[in-house]
Amino acid sequence: MSLNSENLSAPQPSPAATVTLVIEPGMTAKNYWRDLWHYRELIYFLAWRDTAVRYKQTGVGVAWALIRPALTMLVFVGFRRLIGFPPGSVPEPILVFAAVLPWQFFSSALSESASSLIGNANLIAKIYFPRLLIPLAAVATTVIDFAITLALLLALMLWYRFLPGWQIAALPIFLLLAFGLSLGLGLLFAALNVEYRDFRYIVPFMVQFGLFVSPIAFSTADVPGQWRALYALNPMVGIIDGFRWSLLGGRARLDPQSVTISVAVTAAALMLGLWYFRRMEHGFADRI
Amino acid sequence: MTSDVAIRVVRLGKKYRIRHQHRERYVALRDVLSDGVRDLFRRTRKYRRPMIEDFWALEDVSFEVKRGEVAGVIGRNGAGKSTLLKLLSRITEPSTGRIELTGRVASMLEVGTGFHPELTGRENIFLNGAILGMRHAEIKRRFDEIVAFSEVEDFLDTPVKRFSSGMYVRLAFAVAAHLHTEILIIDEVLAVGDAEFQRKCLGRMSEVARGGRTVLFVSHNMAAIRRLTQRCIVLDHGRVKLDAPPQEAIEYYLKESSDGIAEGCFIRAAPRPDDRPFYVERVTTRREMCGDPTARFDCDRPVFIAIDYSAGRPVGGLHGHLQLQRLDGTIVFDADSDDMGCNPFDGLTAGRGTIAIKVPERILGPATYQIYLSFYADFDAYGRIIDVPGVVGEFTLDDTSTRRGNRRNGFLSLRLPWQVNAQRP
Repeated sequence: MSLNSENLSAPQPSPAATVTLVIEPGMTAKNYWRDLWHYRELIYFLAWRDTAVRYKQTGVGVAWALIRPALTMLVFVGFRRLIGFPPGSVPEPILVFAAVLPWQFFSSALSESASSLIGNANLIAKIYFPRLLIPLAAVATTVIDFAITLALLLALMLWYRFLPGWQIAALPIFLLLAFGLSLGLGLLFAALNVEYRDFRYIVPFMVQFGLFVSPIAFSTADVPGQWRALYALNPMVGIIDGFRWSLLGGRARLDPQSVTISVAVTAAALMLGLWYFRRMEHGFADRI
Repeated sequence: MTSDVAIRVVRLGKKYRIRHQHRERYVALRDVLSDGVRDLFRRTRKYRRPMIEDFWALEDVSFEVKRGEVAGVIGRNGAGKSTLLKLLSRITEPSTGRIELTGRVASMLEVGTGFHPELTGRENIFLNGAILGMRHAEIKRRFDEIVAFSEVEDFLDTPVKRFSSGMYVRLAFAVAAHLHTEILIIDEVLAVGDAEFQRKCLGRMSEVARGGRTVLFVSHNMAAIRRLTQRCIVLDHGRVKLDAPPQEAIEYYLKESSDGIAEGCFIRAAPRPDDRPFYVERVTTRREMCGDPTARFDCDRPVFIAIDYSAGRPVGGLHGHLQLQRLDGTIVFDADSDDMGCNPFDGLTAGRGTIAIKVPERILGPATYQIYLSFYADFDAYGRIIDVPGVVGEFTLDDTSTRRGNRRNGFLSLRLPWQVNAQRP
């Protein structure tokens, strides 16, 4: 055997084996994704910082993550009563809350990530790390709120003695979809926000508008049949329907077509967001 | 394949575009749209003002730093030092040229970036460490070391917003100083904190340098440059003017700097920040109050220290503190602005002015002294910091009129009368 056993047992001492990093114009570092991996803990720390600070600064603390969805739910249930929607087989609070949950997640993840670069301007101007971490951490922060809201929904289900079916196993998939959609759009708007500060006003407006055109107070089944395909172009329709379906144990209809559209739009948003973000990223420190 | 070059910079350039027409710091979409619409209706474009101008912050900069070498970068404001550091630390991209860095790089461009006032000292150590690129396990391993260095053990669980600025800076420097990378890029961090802490930072940095790591160090503190670096690069208007041993580079810099920096004159880097009620702009040492700045004095003549300040709103109980120290760090004496009974800063009005301090002749021994300066509020030398210029100058005293002259040991150059009373036979 010509295999040199010495080489196998004693690898080169590492300090000498350092890598050379080359910085050149137009070449946004080749090892970007490796850096991203190296800095992965920073996502956790940034998310942890934002959560810790929020709960330290606000008197109500954790309660804040409960009050917002609960009030939204109450308003929409009241709205249903007012309009006179026929009560279905699912208690109305649960029906509405199952949609408030993903919507709340999507809307705060989108607004937080869209404003995240501006909010961390001092970090960007002074320290290098893959900028992608900032919006990523912003979305991750909202996952914590999501978990708290989910706990509230489970408590609500317990109260109504409502048992979800096997479909609940699919919940992480739809959460992932909502995560991807808000991250994709968040990356896009975060980068646009650095370039054009107008997006500070555009994003909240979009989020507000989305609340009314998404099936939250009502379900997609209430939308007239001929409009449904058009309606499904809103990527949140498939996601919210997916949440309802998996949480309400199949007592809500899941339209494969709208889910397919959601997946496609999410993928497109992620690609567009990533592409634009990476394209603009090297100039952030100069523009912010 | 190992080369002994840690940092190689080849024909590096950085271009910034300056927009003339916009007053805001950023572009608004509405401007872009309205400009576009205006252009549609305007046939000829000749009325257009030139909106964008190119500005080269760095041009054709080349140098190498060998592994284990400590190199300094000096230059006036706007010479391109910060841009160079930003390029080296990958915060922004070069426009031309190339940088090769061999080994992991850590940069300290500002102490305490990423510190959050609401979080405790302990929490900020972890957060800041992560931002600087340390792994959780690494921070944990060095945690005790960092805390010991920062001397804030008792306040670890206090939100840093309740820290004094001194404590804040100590903690921030401690985290950054314990990064273990092959290359360290440092900007002016020594300009903060009290004399004692500055000494500690300097010590830590020479320790780092002796440990075989490559350091690129930018500072306005010539004493620190002289002591720490083996080589120094002088930048001026974005170009390398000189690359030489520190002594030579410093002399060149002091001589060539166009705004009159000379020996015995310290000019503060940045203009007064808007939120600063009192700010030292220039410190000079002179033989006479109206004479030229110099750094060389005779023991038989007084030394005048002139502090040019700019004051905004009044500060309650503004208190100045001057310290003279020898180059080995020994404190020669402390002097406070209210030593003579009344405080000269009472009724200070907004505007510029000069504070004159006279160090009498024939007291200090022949040696080189550093002037350390700080200003506090509320008559309290450990109170709220108003402005800490830090080490603002160096001067040397020569004893020329006595036979022992400069060989005189000790701290003082007092001439004592020897009176001999011979006993009558």
